[in-house]
Amino acid sequence: MYRLIIALVLGCLLYSGAHAAEDPLGYELGVLAQTKLTKMPAQIDVLVALDDDRVVAVLQAMLDGRLYRRKADDTLFIGEPGEDKSLAITDPLGVTGDSVAPATDFKRIAVNNRMRGQLRLAIAQLNLRSDDEEQRFLAAQELLGDTSPKVIALLEAASRSESSGRVLAVLADARALAALQQDDANLRYRAVEELSGNLQPVVLNALQALVEEDAGGIPLEPDPAVLKRARQAIAGIRQDAEFYSNVETVFFGLSLGSVLLLSAIGLAITFGVMGVINMAHGELIMLGAYTTYVVQLLMPNHLEYSLVVAVPLAFLVSGAVGIAIERGVIRFLYGRPLETLLATFGISLILQQGVRTIFSPLNRSVATPDWLSGALEINPLLSLTYNRLYILVFSLVVFFLLVTLLKKTSLGLQFRAVAQNRAMARAMGIRSAWVDAMTFGLGSGVAGIAGVALSQLTNVGPNLGQAYIIDSFMVVVFGGVGNLWGTLVSAFGLGMANKFIEPVAGAVLAKILVLVFIILFIQRYPRGLFPQQGRSVD
Amino acid sequence: MTMLSKFKTAAAGAALVGASLLGSHAAAAEDTIKVGVLHSLSGTMAISETTLKDTVLMMVAEQNEAGGLLGKKLEAVVVDPASNWPLFAEKARELISKEKVAVIFGCWTSVSRKSVLPVIEELNGLLFYPVQYEGEESSKNVFYTGAAPNQQAIPAVDYLMNDLGVERWVLAGTDYVYPRTTNKILEAYLKAKGVDEEDIMINYTPFGHSDWQSIVAEIKTFGGKGKKTAVVSTINGDANIPFYKELGNQGISAEDIPVVAFSVGEEELSGMDTSALVGHLAAWNYFQSVESPENEAFIAEWHTFTSDDKRVTNDPMEATYIGFKMWVEAVKKAGTTDTDAVEQAMIGLSVKNLTGGMAVMGKNHHLSKPVLIGEIQEDGQFLVVSETDDLVPGDAWSDYLPVSEDTIADWTPPISCGNYNTVTKTCSGQNF
Repeated sequence: MYRLIIALVLGCLLYSGAHAAEDPLGYELGVLAQTKLTKMPAQIDVLVALDDDRVVAVLQAMLDGRLYRRKADDTLFIGEPGEDKSLAITDPLGVTGDSVAPATDFKRIAVNNRMRGQLRLAIAQLNLRSDDEEQRFLAAQELLGDTSPKVIALLEAASRSESSGRVLAVLADARALAALQQDDANLRYRAVEELSGNLQPVVLNALQALVEEDAGGIPLEPDPAVLKRARQAIAGIRQDAEFYSNVETVFFGLSLGSVLLLSAIGLAITFGVMGVINMAHGELIMLGAYTTYVVQLLMPNHLEYSLVVAVPLAFLVSGAVGIAIERGVIRFLYGRPLETLLATFGISLILQQGVRTIFSPLNRSVATPDWLSGALEINPLLSLTYNRLYILVFSLVVFFLLVTLLKKTSLGLQFRAVAQNRAMARAMGIRSAWVDAMTFGLGSGVAGIAGVALSQLTNVGPNLGQAYIIDSFMVVVFGGVGNLWGTLVSAFGLGMANKFIEPVAGAVLAKILVLVFIILFIQRYPRGLFPQQGRSVD
Repeated sequence: MTMLSKFKTAAAGAALVGASLLGSHAAAAEDTIKVGVLHSLSGTMAISETTLKDTVLMMVAEQNEAGGLLGKKLEAVVVDPASNWPLFAEKARELISKEKVAVIFGCWTSVSRKSVLPVIEELNGLLFYPVQYEGEESSKNVFYTGAAPNQQAIPAVDYLMNDLGVERWVLAGTDYVYPRTTNKILEAYLKAKGVDEEDIMINYTPFGHSDWQSIVAEIKTFGGKGKKTAVVSTINGDANIPFYKELGNQGISAEDIPVVAFSVGEEELSGMDTSALVGHLAAWNYFQSVESPENEAFIAEWHTFTSDDKRVTNDPMEATYIGFKMWVEAVKKAGTTDTDAVEQAMIGLSVKNLTGGMAVMGKNHHLSKPVLIGEIQEDGQFLVVSETDDLVPGDAWSDYLPVSEDTIADWTPPISCGNYNTVTKTCSGQNF
């Protein structure tokens, strides 16, 4: 047995020694495996200098935290963690084939920020000659603004062999940026000319550096023509920047409005249509978020579909809880708003502590599917984040479905009939108790759906609901109780107001100002923006 | 579902009542020393404080296994102040007057500590406070085992400035006492280091803020001016996840604008999807990933105690650990659990911390600690990227604030004062 182990170890050593001798990359990787964190940047430079196509994969794996060192013999592998603490390993040298090994035999190569930056630039330099057009484009963008002679030489070389238009455009920008430092004023003038209208932040900074003045108020740029042109270019970029920043603020406002709309719309039904002050509304939202968490636990391999599954499930879970609350507590308290308020507040505490007992008081981690992360980049100054964009669309869909349900279906007709005149509705043969339960269930279910959306934006924890309950009531009251359209307008109105005040006054003051405004508004118009009219109003 | 959870809560409640009844019976026996645990088990702060309650229980069990203290068994008395600040004072009074505990381990937020302070001074109790805080306090009856600003915030800023070459600073915090005081100290410190007014952006947000779009956009613009920018975050626990998510979504990575946080540790990360956070920094005096025999033993014990080998450890847990060990040592040294004797015995004591060094209790009731800067990794652990060479003694009164630059705390004779002015040589006597 002993002999066998010794033979194996020796074999391993001999083997790694053997392939190190014939392959410089193998040797340098061996050195890397034994290098301390502080010395790693130098070793990465050595790897890059090898000019070997296999290096990109190694560096990329290192950047993504997928590079592992086998503890037994200090050999590096690219690994992919699998189930049951196993690791699917690939030899970066391509000598040994892929295999699966226990993860405990390996240690991940740790990287810090400085190395990440270095790796990114190194990968970009190597990727400039990649076969993939997208890779070249990203690489060129990464290198934009780097004016070291080595990188400029690389970019020059790349632009000679480049065929793709958009890569060439980035390369041209990069060369123009470098040309700003030329001694020849004509070259500089042409570079400024070329760069004007370019919205990349590096361009603005480079132009800014050009017109900067020294202590005596004399600009660093000696040539007046170049100076004038650069100032013009900066003014142009500034104007664009201001425009896009306003567009961005509008989007932020819409997005905040959509979150307010989602969290308030369920309440618009239970409070608005039925007149029940439901302090447990926030906790119904929280239950929806926890449903998302449970769904993700149950289908860990299909995260991208988890939200699609979670939406109907959350509706059912929160709806069922809502119906139980209505049947168990609220129906005994109709017409006694104070008692309802206290009872539902109690329920909200019970639900919170229940979740704490079942799921622990810690926040739960809800993963964001790939199609929801990242941003839609419209230009370098304006990008709209996907999660916000989807939630905006989603909130509108939910809203219009609800409006249709209330206005166009017989169920909706019954809801409204009971809300307007219970006695008359009963006389017409509507089972008012059943309708009450269904309406409350519907409102609660919609709260659950809101929870699914919110799980993508905020913490999923026992306190999630509390953060939204005040805002929800604010939106419903401001919009006018009993009017869904009022809720829509008020949600987006408050969202916009908040986001336009925020940059000027700060987040804390913005909230206070909006609240003060609502108080004053309610003083003047107690029934909100769109008061309900007609005889049903008591 | 509701019925079930209601039932469960009710059952749990009944069990608790039963347990406390049993507890008070056992208390009648005189061969126990009582240890009070004053951490919220419900309400907003339960998220952080429950872990510390478990840590104290674990330490008590361990001490009992090792033969107890002064020949007596230790007995933990757990109360739940429910994240309600005035209730902290009430429960502290109950622990000292009714339960006659020898020591209390408790509090997380500064406001809860401030609420307990008058009670504990009036009744001459003993409190071990295990969380990093804003400083500007030193009470005879409190031992501060968490970091003071000079043991967390200032070294973190030094690291960013010297190692990463940061020139522009965003000081972002939640709007309450700890971030406001810390940022005031940091602003004064940065200006003393020659940072321009226009290179510092200070931003406060309400508790639990979840809509970070405009603030992150503002940080992006602020950081896009060509100078290396970093965010120093005193954002309170819950608001962090949406903040980091928004940073990730708007395409700001840790290499562009690193965020160094003082309230994000392993525990908080275990509830987050960490993909957007990789590379961001945190400054603490302890990380679970630090390799030392003491730490390995501690983690193993924690996993056994909680029967969950995924539970993480964090800095306030280490502070609780050190506090408990020190209290045990001090009681042994004094030979009694009497507050005054233990208080004097504590000063100058040293016990091993979990990162392979020694923790020494200073005359100002603050600990000496190493300061570690860690980068967040994919697995929710930290990679230590910087560590102070020596232990940093805790400074109760910041030297960077004009109001407290001449103030020191020294609880040994002849000064024996928590708020002593070295210029006028007077003790203001005000401890909180």
